Amino acid sequence: MSAFAVTATAARRRSARRETLRALISSKTFVVGAAIVGWWVFCALFASVIEPHDPLTQSADVLAPPSLHHLMGTDQLGRDVFSRWLGGARSILEIAPAATLLAVVAGTTLGLLTGYLRGAVDDIVSRLSEALLALPMIVIAVVTVVALGHSTLTLVVVVGVLFTPIVARTVRAAVLSERERDYVPAARLRGERAGYVMFAEILPNVTAPIVVEATVRLGYAIFTVAGLTFLGFGVQDPSPDWALQISDNYTLLAAGNYWWTVLFPALAIASLVIAINLIADGISQVTER
Amino acid sequence: MARFLLKRLALALVTLVLVSVLVFAVAQVLPGNVGRNVLGGFATPAAVAQLNHQLGVDRPLWTQYWSWVSNFAQGNLGTSLEYRVPVWSLLQASLVNSLKLAAVAFVLVVPLSIIGGVFAALRRGRLADRVITLTGLSLTAIPEFVSAIVLILVFGLALRVLPVDATAPPGAGFLTQVKYLLLPAAALTLVLFGYIARMARAGTIEALDSDYTRTAYLKGLRTHTVIRRHVLRNSLLPTIAVIATQMGYLIGGLVVIEKLFNYNGIGQRIYTAAQNKDFTMLQSSVLVIAIVYLTASLIADLIYSLLNPRIRYGGTS
Repeated sequence: MSAFAVTATAARRRSARRETLRALISSKTFVVGAAIVGWWVFCALFASVIEPHDPLTQSADVLAPPSLHHLMGTDQLGRDVFSRWLGGARSILEIAPAATLLAVVAGTTLGLLTGYLRGAVDDIVSRLSEALLALPMIVIAVVTVVALGHSTLTLVVVVGVLFTPIVARTVRAAVLSERERDYVPAARLRGERAGYVMFAEILPNVTAPIVVEATVRLGYAIFTVAGLTFLGFGVQDPSPDWALQISDNYTLLAAGNYWWTVLFPALAIASLVIAINLIADGISQVTER
Repeated sequence: MARFLLKRLALALVTLVLVSVLVFAVAQVLPGNVGRNVLGGFATPAAVAQLNHQLGVDRPLWTQYWSWVSNFAQGNLGTSLEYRVPVWSLLQASLVNSLKLAAVAFVLVVPLSIIGGVFAALRRGRLADRVITLTGLSLTAIPEFVSAIVLILVFGLALRVLPVDATAPPGAGFLTQVKYLLLPAAALTLVLFGYIARMARAGTIEALDSDYTRTAYLKGLRTHTVIRRHVLRNSLLPTIAVIATQMGYLIGGLVVIEKLFNYNGIGQRIYTAAQNKDFTMLQSSVLVIAIVYLTASLIADLIYSLLNPRIRYGGTS
């Protein structure tokens, strides 16, 4: 390809990207989702600046209902729920995106390999991932986390590895239809190696489904990490993590209506996952047009 | 049709074998010396070695795997390391409890989400469609324990209309048991609603846009006849397939929901076994879950092939 053609392709791609961005900004679901996620990212980064109290400091003022001094009340150890609510964004926004990134990179590679090469590799990988998907995700995650021991890294790796076959399945399906297009045999006839055809020719043409899948997976990564944390196999005390707050305080509900200790973290998790799904919905509507 | 089902059965068996290898491999990585975990730090090394020998965990992995799987196939699920009683004696009651909870959730979610999806499709592009689609999408993404907490706060503590404890008092009648299971089942329903409704909506829209539906209208059939006889029959096939795939999630959701409601089901068993590193209990319960899931998929395949004339009359999928 000549230098001129390369710059022309790059310019076309850039203008296509600009157009996609414009379409996204005019999509209401995307903007609302992005605003909510933006707020939580802001909290994750600057919680220590905006928190009115230290989220880990305990006080004698236990289970106080919401008041002007404690906007969301205090928990059973007298910690300020509002400060923990702001600071709870950090753990989940570190773990879930990292796990998603791992799953997307590994899954894309696996999907390209199985979709492009087909044959025995494809059959074996499909069988194995079917076996993995025959078990409920949370069950395998619990068993593996117990086997490997708690740590942030374990969480990232376990969730990332479990999501890999799902991403791979989506990418494989996209690659299967893409490899029938003329440019693929053309590249092969030019004498390009398989690696080049997969990563330089096919990959740029399947980015749209990968981006959508990545956003959807991010939502499920939050779902899974929060579930594991709630069960006690995820983020550990004394982190202000939202799922951990619920896990620590929900047993008190039988004793009294201490709703503020669980409702605010519950709403926080709900708002974050809904926002990410709105973003995914916005992106898929724009790219499918 | 027999060929289609036999093929599915063979695939399910292959999957089951792979799952058992997977479960066994993970359970064996569980850290620590089994005998030491059971007896505690003060036991003598000789006692630990003797217990390990008695439990058979000092044998080669392949032998252990084979004895586990062959015993499992004969209905012997092993002995719980923690309780020192046969796994099945504990698992049986839990499995029944879980199936009750899953059944209530299933009976709630299937009609609700099909009605929701079909209704959205008939109102395509209008407000009702947008509301159902976006609500379903959002609810699907919310972890079940989060929606369960909100349900408990609203129906259990604020309105006081439903019990917050999932376990009915002993000897309770059928309706009382169902009443106790409503809140946990509702939490599972909320997660599943979005998936099934989305599928029902997509299937209905495809059927509505088809030539045969237009022909049916043009031949002068009334709207509800067209929908019942032509649209629904075709639109619900992919929905059945999706319901089957969601069984896996439903069982996984049980782990979290049963812990939250402190309900003695198979999810609670897995949770406790994982926490106490009771690995015979863990690997056998997980395999039981895999069997339940694969059986559910096979039943769905059976229903699918009975309803789908293309398979019923001898074609392949």
